[in-house]
Amino acid sequence: MARTSYLCWSLLTFLLAFSTQSAEMPLNMTQGVTEISQQVYDLHMKIFYICCAIGIAVFGVMFWSIIHHRKSKGVEPAQFHESTKVELLWTAMPVIILIMMAIPATQTLIAMEDTSEADITVLITGSQWKWHYKYMDHKVEYFSLLATPRQQIDNKLSKGENYLLEVDRPLVIPTGKKVRFLVTSDDVIHSWWVPAFAVKKDANPGFINEAWTRVDHPGIYRGQCAELCGKDHGFMPVVVIAKEQSDFDQWIAQEAATQAAAKEAELKLLAMNMSKEELMTLGEKVYMGYCAACHQPNGMGIPGVFPALKGSKMALEDLPAHIDIVLNGKTGTSMQAFDKQLTLSEIAAVVTYERNAWDNNTGDLVQAADIAKAQSK
Amino acid sequence: MSTVTTDPHAHAEHEHHGPAKGLKRWLYTTNHKDIGTLYLLFSLLMFFIGGAMAMVIRAELFQPGLQIVDPNFFNQMTTVHGLIMVFGAVMPAFTGLANWLIPMMIGAPDMALPRMNNWSFWILPFAFSILLASLFMEGGGPSFGWTFYAPLSTTYSNDSTALFVFSVHIMGISSIMGAINVIVTIMNLRAPGMTYMKMPLFVWTWFITAYLLIAVMPVLAGVVTMVLTDKYFGTSFFDAAGGGDPVLFQHIFWFFGHPEVYIMILPAFGIISSIVPTFSRKPLFGYASMVYATSSIALLSFLVWAHHMFTTGMPVAAELFFMYCTMLIAVPTGVKVFNWVATMWRGAMTFEVPMMFSLAFIVLFTIGGFSGLMLAITPADFQYHDTYFVVAHFHYVLVTGAVFSIMAAAYYWLPKWTGHMYDETLGQWHFWCSLISVNVLFFPMHFVGLAGMPRRIPDYALQFADFNALISIGGFAFGLSQLLFVWLVVKCIKGGEKATDQVWEGAEGLEWTIASPAPYHSFTTPPEIK
Ligand code: HEC
Ligand SMILES: [Cu+2]
Repeated sequence: MARTSYLCWSLLTFLLAFSTQSAEMPLNMTQGVTEISQQVYDLHMKIFYICCAIGIAVFGVMFWSIIHHRKSKGVEPAQFHESTKVELLWTAMPVIILIMMAIPATQTLIAMEDTSEADITVLITGSQWKWHYKYMDHKVEYFSLLATPRQQIDNKLSKGENYLLEVDRPLVIPTGKKVRFLVTSDDVIHSWWVPAFAVKKDANPGFINEAWTRVDHPGIYRGQCAELCGKDHGFMPVVVIAKEQSDFDQWIAQEAATQAAAKEAELKLLAMNMSKEELMTLGEKVYMGYCAACHQPNGMGIPGVFPALKGSKMALEDLPAHIDIVLNGKTGTSMQAFDKQLTLSEIAAVVTYERNAWDNNTGDLVQAADIAKAQSK
Repeated sequence: MSTVTTDPHAHAEHEHHGPAKGLKRWLYTTNHKDIGTLYLLFSLLMFFIGGAMAMVIRAELFQPGLQIVDPNFFNQMTTVHGLIMVFGAVMPAFTGLANWLIPMMIGAPDMALPRMNNWSFWILPFAFSILLASLFMEGGGPSFGWTFYAPLSTTYSNDSTALFVFSVHIMGISSIMGAINVIVTIMNLRAPGMTYMKMPLFVWTWFITAYLLIAVMPVLAGVVTMVLTDKYFGTSFFDAAGGGDPVLFQHIFWFFGHPEVYIMILPAFGIISSIVPTFSRKPLFGYASMVYATSSIALLSFLVWAHHMFTTGMPVAAELFFMYCTMLIAVPTGVKVFNWVATMWRGAMTFEVPMMFSLAFIVLFTIGGFSGLMLAITPADFQYHDTYFVVAHFHYVLVTGAVFSIMAAAYYWLPKWTGHMYDETLGQWHFWCSLISVNVLFFPMHFVGLAGMPRRIPDYALQFADFNALISIGGFAFGLSQLLFVWLVVKCIKGGEKATDQVWEGAEGLEWTIASPAPYHSFTTPPEIK
């Protein structure tokens, strides 16, 4: 007896040790920060308690039998079977319980799907493996990429607090406003998910889905792509910052101004030439951020899936084709158009980089103006 | 009845006609017992190959960060693990059991279409060799999940897709042939007096399963063909740019996929309904209601497919329809569980290994059913969908459900197949090791999923680390525990205490009236059923 209780205790302490270590991991669904997410949580708990109650009843009867109705106790088996009364009862009872469950579920579902009368609309576009946000009521749009450094993923650096749940540019939304999301994709199916809002919507290429949320508290909310979307499906997080309306207005005005200024600067750059050094430094940065996921940091690609750029005929010889594929992508493959994602100088830099890195040594320098020329063709 | 029993000359010849020797016996066999054995051994092999892939997955997920495999290979492992376990392990195991047992249970000499039976087994090794070989192609094998959603599996996949499609076609043909054989056998070869409502439940559940197979395997064949033509022949079924719709893929796939999950669980219900009465020494509580419940589950299974797709963006009315239908399935499923419990009530139970696995099945399958009911609640499904909560759910119904029932069946009928009792102590060890490890493996997945970990990712946020380590430990332990089973089966084939014909004190049914081991040809004259 003493030994069993000792065993029980050590098991318990072991489990506790586990749970304290992972103190950050909640053991239940989040209640979230919206009215809807709270309703969803309540539904989840309600159905959970119903299951527990049924489970206790059914398993209770079963274990009672196991303990008392065993041959080793010398019992004689009864021979009864079939009872229409009992069978009707255990068919009707679940139906009633389920109807009780279906009513609140229906109400919540209808509320969740009502995207009318939104205050602000954001177009969310998934692509391998990043999110793009476009504010339909402002001149602001940008990509949002995983910000966790590669070295952390490869276990060369210790992992940060928000490992794999951090992005370079989060989505920003105002609190207290109904925000409508239009969700779509440029390539495969992705799914945009923020648990704290109870919003998970698939991003289907060629179609637009709708969802909405109204966040009451300012804060940072994290989620992930939920639909398998290829190699780096695990590496496309979603981060949303909810700001008070005044902070949001300030932020969006500033963002719009910055983006307008960047466009102007881009035009000015057309007249200038960057040095090889500048091009290569910028090019490497862009390459690692946008291309290395597929073509690999060493330019070798993944045979059969993503072509190598090191020693590739296109990167060594055909410059116009090289610029064209980076600008416009290639339909029917995962090589996407970078036209909208990168600035002219960034495209110029990354093409220069690919033509000179990894012993490609063509010596070609590509300038923003060359890209603009290719674009206008 | 068949000519075998009416033509005395043919009959006499048959008596002296044992199995051929060596490899030829297995290659050319048209004997239902041989083919059943082949299916079962093949499924065991696939169980270990698919299991090895699960071990790779769990090893990678043991710690955060990428350490053992790259994400592309990780995706190939999740994909092929799923395909192998569904089409290579669970389905062939049930077909093997059907082959061995249905003729013996209905008093038939063999399956109705023995040559087709041989063919339907022997194409399987080709199907799976093709699938496994595709892993060695440039760029690797299929990496789009066993659900192969378009356009990930069309435009964005590599050329292994062609091999994948071809192998799924072969698996489908094999399943359809197996199903036709089951239906024809049950409809034509029942012994005189064996009316439909006297058939053992295992026969009934397989009868219904076979209809499900015939209904949906062609749908699977259709959808893989559409993937093939989209990828290689310029069609645009699933490509919006050409007027298609990627969500159409999911509708077709799940129209196959949902009945498919019942294909993998209805025969399990039949097995449990055979074993529980035997070891309770009491007849099944409601035979007729079990038959009706099975039929209604089968019918409802055609009306719930879109509950796998709530987040794809459907009209509210459709979401409501699929939510209600899904919830409704809980009713006949509940009837089954209540029936088993009522069968045990005031019985005289003993707890040999088949019964232990059956009891574990009832509890753990019901837990899987509960999480299924939770998943049916559409608003909550938005949170659960594509997380580890779903992974926990379907492993409870498929591993502690389908696989445990197969284990229970193997222990229950092994003495009849081999003529020897299995080693009870070893069997109990296998059971307890499996029971504990399988729960360490799958139970914490509920929590990880609720906390927000998506499925099919090779790396995860730090908060999930401790639970994933625990899950992996459970996984390795479960994998190792299955080696005990192999040892036990080998031991039982080689020898052991001689089994009586009756084997189990409380067992009822025709298979227990013939010798142990069952003779190569049984019921060459049909038995009389009172
Ligand atoms: C999502 C994966 C992916 C990303 C990210 C990606 N590529 Fe590609 N890329 C491909 C694929 C696939 C092809 C092959 C297309 C084909 O079938 O011709 C390709 C082809 C190319 C080629 C032509 C290679 C040849 O020899 O034919 C170049 C050049 C190229 N990519 C440059 C880039 C640059 C520059 C970036 C980053 C700005 C980039 N890629 C990002 C997938 C990707
Ligand atoms: Cu994605």
